Amino acid sequence: MKKLLAAFLTALLWAPASWAQDSTEMAISLDEQINQAISPVTDVIAGVIFYSVPVNDEIAIPVIVVWLVVAALFATIYFNFISVRAFGHAVELVKGDYSDPKDAGEVSHFQALATALSGTVGLGNIAGVAIAVSIGGPGATFWMILAGFLGMSLKFAECTLGVKYRNEYADGSVSGGPMYYLSKGLAEKGMGGLGKVLAVFFAICCIAGSLGGGNMFQANQSFQQFVNVTGGADSFMADKGWLFGLIVAALVGVVIIGGIQSIAKVTEKVVPFMAVIYCSAALIIIVMNIDQVPSAIGAIIGGAFNPEGVAGGAIGALIQGFRRAAFSNEAGIGSASIAHSAVRTKEPITEGLVALHEPFIDTVVICTMTALVIVITGTYTAGGGMSGVELTSLAFESAFSWFPYILAVAVILFAFSTMLSWSYYGAKCWTYLFGESRSMDLLFKLIFCIFVVIGASMNLGPVIDFSDSAIFAMSIANIIGLYILFPVVKQELTSYWSRLKSGEIKKYAASESGA
Amino acid sequence: MTDTLLVGIDGSEGGARAADFAAQRAKESQARLVVAYVIEWSPYSFNTPQENEVRHKRREEEISRAESDVVGPVLESLKNQGVEATGVVRHGHAADVLSHLAKEEKVNQVFIGRRGLTKMQALLFGSTAGTLVQISPVPVTVIP
Repeated sequence: MKKLLAAFLTALLWAPASWAQDSTEMAISLDEQINQAISPVTDVIAGVIFYSVPVNDEIAIPVIVVWLVVAALFATIYFNFISVRAFGHAVELVKGDYSDPKDAGEVSHFQALATALSGTVGLGNIAGVAIAVSIGGPGATFWMILAGFLGMSLKFAECTLGVKYRNEYADGSVSGGPMYYLSKGLAEKGMGGLGKVLAVFFAICCIAGSLGGGNMFQANQSFQQFVNVTGGADSFMADKGWLFGLIVAALVGVVIIGGIQSIAKVTEKVVPFMAVIYCSAALIIIVMNIDQVPSAIGAIIGGAFNPEGVAGGAIGALIQGFRRAAFSNEAGIGSASIAHSAVRTKEPITEGLVALHEPFIDTVVICTMTALVIVITGTYTAGGGMSGVELTSLAFESAFSWFPYILAVAVILFAFSTMLSWSYYGAKCWTYLFGESRSMDLLFKLIFCIFVVIGASMNLGPVIDFSDSAIFAMSIANIIGLYILFPVVKQELTSYWSRLKSGEIKKYAASESGA
Repeated sequence: MTDTLLVGIDGSEGGARAADFAAQRAKESQARLVVAYVIEWSPYSFNTPQENEVRHKRREEEISRAESDVVGPVLESLKNQGVEATGVVRHGHAADVLSHLAKEEKVNQVFIGRRGLTKMQALLFGSTAGTLVQISPVPVTVIP
């Protein structure tokens, strides 16, 4: 473990060293220097993770995307479309119909789902969708929705396992997630060695993911939108991503290092309202342009199979859709399993069922709304090479001129809450690798804050490449483990389902829910 | 069969007055008294992962603190007065939990203090007594 840490620190120290070399060229801004120093590293990582098999001259399919899609498809069929047949039961579970009133005061299904969602719903839903549509055309939306639907079964499996194999400590606190089900679950199957290796590999990737997708991408895109609304290229902040990064890093630091939980609490309470405002605005735009909805749906479905002007045609659209869906809802990635593990339940399967809703809300509902707004307003064609949050902002602006300001607030809050969640995921993996000590925890949190600054300073291109690679790399170990542990989930499901059907598992009367 | 009375306390003076009033009634009718303290909690709140991780521990702490600091002293004084009393600490919405307890303990009557809210305050913050009167399965006595 010491070696691992040493390697990581060397990598970290290497980066500032190369800035120093660059700083002799005073002509370029600090942001550009940071970009130049970091992007060669991210390029290499992205090249490895997104190793692609060329299909023809135009298009190459990244193996990792196929890996995720096949797993999601397999889970959907293996669990016999659990996402459809248990959808209603999952709603009852979230409502608390099956919660023992004696457990009032413990973490409820709703709370576990809401906490996981606050880590999932973020810039992937706002900026990621814009990236998918600008590169893959409207058709990417179709594949994104399909990927969201398939992802539900995968999320179901990983969250069930997260609860089943979590660690419960003497003081009653709990720790769960892929690193625990990989090591403990595979050991049960007599593959303890493989389990350990996968758990460590997952933890390393999760740390990178928390610094990338859970941090740099969020910081980068919230800075982008901040510059957007404060005057674009003329903004006083335009070239000062590092300054914006420092401010955000300070705020994040105050919460995760300073332990000022009140800021986190306020964020957790404001973010759901921002999500409601965002979705309402999207719905209003859709309703205002209701006559264009059929043609937009036509463009989405037509573009999925026969797109015009998209590099790689249908496969190009498919890759973009699947990529952005996985980035947004994190199904198969394993991260949400860490958050879901905190629930109080006697049946691990119930949390898995509740987690079905996560890709549904995230991708099938929220991402689709963003995509519809972008397609209806047509900004993706008129955007002139615009991508990410800028494009989404432009789409909303074409309906409400003042909306970019609201979006800026929403984006920064979403980014902030996603960063807080991911700093937790990262810290869990960090302490899993290096031991639970305060100094180790602190070290990770410091590194996390540094990456906020780096993320805000860099260009979107290398940031999204690194974020994608890190997040997708998590799926390598996670999904190998899932294939081995799918039968365990199936066993739990069969047992639970038969007891539910026989009436052994009953609803508590509504009035007895105690809340 | 002896009667069972339920009193809701919240550590305030109003709650203490309700407990005294209920104790008088219990003595007069030789009834058993259930003293309930509700820790305000909702299963639909939004929490940080850090809060969730230690939630189980916090809950135990909240319950033991309520038992020792609020319910304990009341039970002690009831015992001195010769009233047979038991204490209950639950999480949830006060009016819902009291109404639920009334059913569970087969209570004959519920006693509760009031906070003396103005119309506006009650509208904003909700009135436990007001809600309980509406949903309770048994008669409710509100002590001013």
